[in-house]
Amino acid sequence: MTQLSVTVNGKRYQADGSAEGESLLFVLRERWGFTSVKNACEEGECGGCAVLLDDVLANSCLVLAAQADGASVTTVEGLHDGGSLHPVQRALLDEGAVQCGFCIPGMVMAASDLLRRCPRPPEAVIRWELAGNLCRCTGYQKIVEAVLRAAGTTREASGT
Amino acid sequence: MTPVLRPRDWHEALSLRSARETAVPIAGGTGVMVAMQRDDLRPEALLDLSRIPELRRCRAEADHIHIGSGVTYTYISERLSASLPGLAAAAGGVGSRQVRNRGTIGGSLGTASAAGDIDPVLLACGADIKLTSAGRSRWVPAGDFYLPAGRTALGVGELIEAVRVPVSPGFQRFTKIGRRRGVVKAICSVAMVLDRAAMRVRVGMAAAGMVPCRVPAAEELLADAALWRGRTPLGGELLEQFGRLVARTADPGSDHAATAAYRRHALAVLARRGLADVWGRYRESEP
Repeated sequence: MTQLSVTVNGKRYQADGSAEGESLLFVLRERWGFTSVKNACEEGECGGCAVLLDDVLANSCLVLAAQADGASVTTVEGLHDGGSLHPVQRALLDEGAVQCGFCIPGMVMAASDLLRRCPRPPEAVIRWELAGNLCRCTGYQKIVEAVLRAAGTTREASGT
Repeated sequence: MTPVLRPRDWHEALSLRSARETAVPIAGGTGVMVAMQRDDLRPEALLDLSRIPELRRCRAEADHIHIGSGVTYTYISERLSASLPGLAAAAGGVGSRQVRNRGTIGGSLGTASAAGDIDPVLLACGADIKLTSAGRSRWVPAGDFYLPAGRTALGVGELIEAVRVPVSPGFQRFTKIGRRRGVVKAICSVAMVLDRAAMRVRVGMAAAGMVPCRVPAAEELLADAALWRGRTPLGGELLEQFGRLVARTADPGSDHAATAAYRRHALAVLARRGLADVWGRYRESEP
């Protein structure tokens, strides 16, 4: 069994070969301490464990650690720019869109990924694109408003 | 812990496949990882196909698109919508963004869920699936690929290499019913391909029985060339009959999501609406 090596938020992490059959989620949390990557459904339904894997949004519970060997992973800790919050994080705070907070790291990863691909998404697109991130507190209203705010739009302006 | 075989190219993958017959192939992980998590699957080893460059390629040929089995739903939905609109629509509605980014067409075929979204489209398009072992390759028509209870035509030592989907002039549509728009498994789905060159409408359906299937009896209703030449409006009676034949061919089960009767009814409605849509677009199109 070969060693496993993954770059997480720009820094290299290693594990012994026994990790190769584990999920990337498990390795990130249990071996390397990235507890922002949340473990909830472990079936790819909830998006709590969403990360960027080589710049592509993925649920880390569905990625085999061996598949991430040599790859770059970005977690929510890797999104901030020199200590300042990502615009999506700032907007979530400003809108009061965070309740228990459990879904938020995954939500931030999915929303920031959306805004890089589609800088000014209408509300319907935001709702569709975040369909894979479940929040059991907020009813999504404020989360959607926060993403609109982060995109510099409001619901009225988004035309939906 | 499950050992992972990590071939770097297709040749090595095929050698490992024949050497380790019990190793379970894994690509995007959207099926295998879930099955392992639920303890439905306890593989002796996994065969990771996610790093095989050959499988991630997609190319346009004269009359079809050749899609490597490692091509993702996201790629299909975003890059193939002009040539294969039905397949792109189905791929764009699978799971969530995160799932579409990882899930592959080959993985979907290997899983062969009776409720898969791309399967009715592949059937309606007349796609072929390339199965390859260390010794040989063969093309299997989609209609012969699916076997009851999630089994497939995939033989011992074989891997799914590619899918060949004919590009036909005309109009396509994919519709599914679910409890919400994202992430859920289809309660049922219908794919419609209107092929104006062949003057045929082909219908595929899923979550409608043991295997996804075509509905030749319904397709026959549109086999009359005079209908096509005259661009005749389809009357309500023909649309109803089309839906009835689809419902009659279906043999759906009941589960927590829907009853068999509901599925049968919904399939008839989806088929009727689908036909009205593609035929309407055909009638309005340039001759």
